[in-house]
Amino acid sequence: MSELIALESVSVHFDLGGGGLFGGRRRILRAAEQVSFAIAAGETLALVGESGSGKSTLGNVVAGLQAPSDGRLRFHGAPLDAVGWRQARRAIQIVFQDPFGALDPRMPVSAIIAEPLLIQGGSTARQRRDRAAELVEQVGLPRDALNRYPHEFSGGQRQRIAIARALAPAPELIVADEPLSALDVSIQSQVLNLMKELQERLGLSYLFISHDLAVVNHLVDRVAVLYLGRLVEIAPREELFARPSHPYTQALLDAVPRIGRRRARGHVIKGEMPSPLAPPPGCVFHPRCPKAADICRTDIPTLGAAPGRADQLSACHFRE
Amino acid sequence: MSATTDLAPPPRTDAAIGPWRLRWRRFRRHRTGMASLVILALLVLFALAAVPMQHLLGIDPDATDLLSRFDPPSAAHWLGTDDAGRDELIRLMVGGQISLLVGLVATAIGGVIGLLIGVTAGYFGGRLDALLMRITDGMIALPLLPLLIVLGAVDLTKLGFSSDFAHSTAASFWRIIIIISIVDWTSIARLVRAATLSIKDRDYVRAARASGAGASYVMPAHVLPNVATPIIVALTLTVGRVILFESVLSFLGFGITPPTPSWGNMLNNAQELVTTAPGLAVYPGLLIFITVIAVNFLGDGLQAAFDPRSEQ
Amino acid sequence: MARFILRRTLQALIVLLVMSFVIYGLIGLMPGDPVDMMAAGNPGATPEVIAHLRAIYGLDQPLALRYWHWLLAALTGDFGFSRTHSQPVLEVLAPALWQTCKLMVISFVVSVLLSFTLGIIAARKPGGVVDGLISLFAFAGISVPVFWLALMMILVFAVDLHWFPASGISTLGEGGFIDQARHLVMPVTTLALATTGGFIRFVRASMIEVMRMDHVRTARAKGATEARVVLIHAFRNALIPVVTVMALSFGVLFNGALLTETMFAQPGMGKMIYDAILGNDFNLALVGLLFATLVTLASNLVADLAYGWLDPRISLK
Repeated sequence: MSELIALESVSVHFDLGGGGLFGGRRRILRAAEQVSFAIAAGETLALVGESGSGKSTLGNVVAGLQAPSDGRLRFHGAPLDAVGWRQARRAIQIVFQDPFGALDPRMPVSAIIAEPLLIQGGSTARQRRDRAAELVEQVGLPRDALNRYPHEFSGGQRQRIAIARALAPAPELIVADEPLSALDVSIQSQVLNLMKELQERLGLSYLFISHDLAVVNHLVDRVAVLYLGRLVEIAPREELFARPSHPYTQALLDAVPRIGRRRARGHVIKGEMPSPLAPPPGCVFHPRCPKAADICRTDIPTLGAAPGRADQLSACHFRE
Repeated sequence: MSATTDLAPPPRTDAAIGPWRLRWRRFRRHRTGMASLVILALLVLFALAAVPMQHLLGIDPDATDLLSRFDPPSAAHWLGTDDAGRDELIRLMVGGQISLLVGLVATAIGGVIGLLIGVTAGYFGGRLDALLMRITDGMIALPLLPLLIVLGAVDLTKLGFSSDFAHSTAASFWRIIIIISIVDWTSIARLVRAATLSIKDRDYVRAARASGAGASYVMPAHVLPNVATPIIVALTLTVGRVILFESVLSFLGFGITPPTPSWGNMLNNAQELVTTAPGLAVYPGLLIFITVIAVNFLGDGLQAAFDPRSEQ
Repeated sequence: MARFILRRTLQALIVLLVMSFVIYGLIGLMPGDPVDMMAAGNPGATPEVIAHLRAIYGLDQPLALRYWHWLLAALTGDFGFSRTHSQPVLEVLAPALWQTCKLMVISFVVSVLLSFTLGIIAARKPGGVVDGLISLFAFAGISVPVFWLALMMILVFAVDLHWFPASGISTLGEGGFIDQARHLVMPVTTLALATTGGFIRFVRASMIEVMRMDHVRTARAKGATEARVVLIHAFRNALIPVVTVMALSFGVLFNGALLTETMFAQPGMGKMIYDAILGNDFNLALVGLLFATLVTLASNLVADLAYGWLDPRISLK
């Protein structure tokens, strides 16, 4: 498989102000710190973490909504600079979590779906109308949806409209930022199946952002686990679920309820994630880690292969 | 036969009516708002009637006749004549055109300035926002009328305009529009900024930005349609304020230059005439008063019609 | 708190500085300049003499430099001489300021009392007949051209009824308290009417909103008397936004004062500025305008402080 997009030690810092003429401490929120990963063509990568782990920030970076403070992006092997982005905008689209906020209430569905084509230019009104009609059927909505307004649709239907909009410019990658978590469980599987089906038919790649490992299991090829803005583990789905290498991943997996399996004791992590305004020194996970030793409090672990598994990387001094 | 009509789907009773239709329905129930709309329409007709009236009666609004000063109302001069023997009614009509036009044009220009500043501040944020809002706050803090008087007193020849132009009616017309619009944009700017701030981080705007849309697309496509209603109300109220400013400036001699009449400058020497010809002091002011109060009630009615919470 | 005051004061000073430059530049653009005035009054002046005079007054220097010299002098308290009054500017300014203060403070008090009374009455039954009448009165106050209102007052109460004098601050040869008060009646009424309209609308809106709040409904449910509910529970909370708006309305009040003073020939700040601009009295116009700006900025600061003081939830940072 060929590499579609790659992040090279990307950091995102937000300056929360302070430190100016009229005082206060300068506060910097470290939403993502030195994160590297790549997505291959036709692959689905899950970005998993708790809220505040920086997963949505990284999703925004990939979708071009947030410029990294440090590090670089590559698209089809070429650096994503101002020129590179101009072409990549068409190829990378985004679907958001809240299907109610994602559609302009004053636009009819046909205009919403065709909007990326309008923005990118080079299409006639007739072409856009035809494309919208085609897409509405592709995502499983009736044709008469085209002339109606968002408020006439349910949450699941709106998410289908949002997906149709993302498909409009025939993208190669769709960033799906928790696309299911605002939907009813019965609707979730329908939308998930639609995404799968579209991937098979169109050869799409997904960056699937989720806080829920259980959902991830059905769709993705590889999983990347984030903690406090750091990538702590990245591995193919089967290996990660079978033998998690990082203690945080282990804890996350233990938290997933599974039928016919007892919850393992002792692996449930305590406490809450520290503030990304003041991350702990050394390994950021050490205050909550059952394995924490002195080295964890001082040295930052680097991402390395788990013993005997070359494609399973984790950042832990005591990786399994 | 009727078989075909039976097969046709019944008309949708649940079909959503457009938001503007809904607003119009609500507005029609607002009595003072509707009355104001009618009054304003009549005022516009009154002002526009100057042209046919001039032709019909063969009266030149600017022609002085010193032999018939302060004539009482007669068949030829329905409201009598002023201190220079000119027909008062025709001058009120022509003055109405000028005053209303100044109100609309200055509001439009000030509205555009406010829109640009508000949108820029709200959309780009950061230091630019802070700077623009400081300027807006500074403008709000200024004593407007003295400032307008100074601006009105500026000698255009010192800015490089020819003396002919500087003393022409056109110059005084555009000067008053420009000086009012450069001081009266602050309320629109604040309104637009607040609205832009609330809209720019919605997901549909972010989706558009992910597709490569910049401010020049997002603003007209997403932000403005969503803030149109409060802007319309604010602009309506601005028209009233601008008409008042025009009348004050023209009255004080810094606005529309005679002989071209405006409701404000027709009151120019009304103070001396208040004993000899009270009518000349009453009519123009009364028209300003009626216009502005109608505009304000119209704004009130629009506010009620646009704000769903006002439904009690 | 101290930091807040410091920062706002600094901001106000910056606005004042910028304004002083803008006004200085604008005043230079008004017709004529001091040397033109002298030349007009002295037909024998040759072009050489005029050029020499210009050099003496520094009028041949660029604007920024002239402004800089003016600023340096102004910072030492030297604001120059008034041309029309032949007195130092500050000596002309002081009595005018006092006169305007009298007019504005009395009108403001009248206006506040009137608007609280009418606003609260209107808010008792929104949509009722009384509310409608009060609203009409409020809209009339907002919409009436102040100078025309003054003209009508003169027409009715001075010319027709002879109740009050039409202009000036006292009758020559009298000038007792009663006489001065009689001269103030019409200006104060005009200015108060012009500002009351806006105030009534704010008091009314604020009261209606507060009356719907839970704590007012609780007070009612407890069986508190209607007067107690309205005056103690509702009014105190409705006061907060109203006080801010009133303090912020200084600019409007000053606009009104300028017109009222001009119409009733009251020798206050507004009339002084107007006459100075008409009479090409540059120094006086400049200082008058700056003073008006300064007082407006100060009143805005007071409004902010009052807001923080009345509402314990607001912390000023």
